[in-house]
Amino acid sequence: MGEEAIIKKFMYVNRKSPYGTIYALESLEVVLISAAFDQDVSLTFTDDGVYQLMKNQKTEGIGMKNFSSTYSALGDYEIKKIYIDKESLEERGLSISDLQELVWEDEDEDYAEKSSINLVSRDELSEIMNQQDIVMSF
Amino acid sequence: MALEVNGKSYEVDEEGYLANLNDWDADIANAMAEADGAALEDNHWEVINFLREYYEEYQIAPAVRVLTKQIGKKLGKEKGNSKYLYELFPYGPAKQACKYAGLPKPTGCV
Repeated sequence: MGEEAIIKKFMYVNRKSPYGTIYALESLEVVLISAAFDQDVSLTFTDDGVYQLMKNQKTEGIGMKNFSSTYSALGDYEIKKIYIDKESLEERGLSISDLQELVWEDEDEDYAEKSSINLVSRDELSEIMNQQDIVMSF
Repeated sequence: MALEVNGKSYEVDEEGYLANLNDWDADIANAMAEADGAALEDNHWEVINFLREYYEEYQIAPAVRVLTKQIGKKLGKEKGNSKYLYELFPYGPAKQACKYAGLPKPTGCV
């Protein structure tokens, strides 16, 4: 038969606040599109990127589409590994409770919801980055 | 491009997707289906309504794989499979059903 599918570890690193530039939205779209290719995908939110997951975003005043609810669909796309840089949150006076909860549903356990969020230190993050085949920074 | 329904004209893109989500109503869906030589029945509406709810919640039209899985969860395994969905929407369940639902082409659909 044919060659075995090669599964690589892809990490998408989100570093910028959600609406000042197009990076956050572009990253999210790339992630959703690439989810079709059955790779091992994870997302990291670091630096101002942690703002992308803030709860209660309101964009009416800046005339941009509020795409923050789309992050909740990541679990449906089999993206179950979300890393949040703990120091980036602390530097901005934020805590994990300021961010959306992201979950995935385990089909084998009657769609039980399981958290996708991993709060990690920079040292841990650097370790995880080292294990990736491909790291893309937005 | 434009789609004519009940004497009104609606803007659509070159593939027939509605330009403005808020223009949508059931008559538009029926007219789109009729143009494709299909008639919408309850089974079609289940999927179309699901897609509109999904968009409302997540602001995206789901990829076909996601649609299949979520339909399985919501409507049962006998409906959450490609065979069933392709029988309803032979041009591709996500693409065709999203069009009738007035949504943009699914993200991740090439």
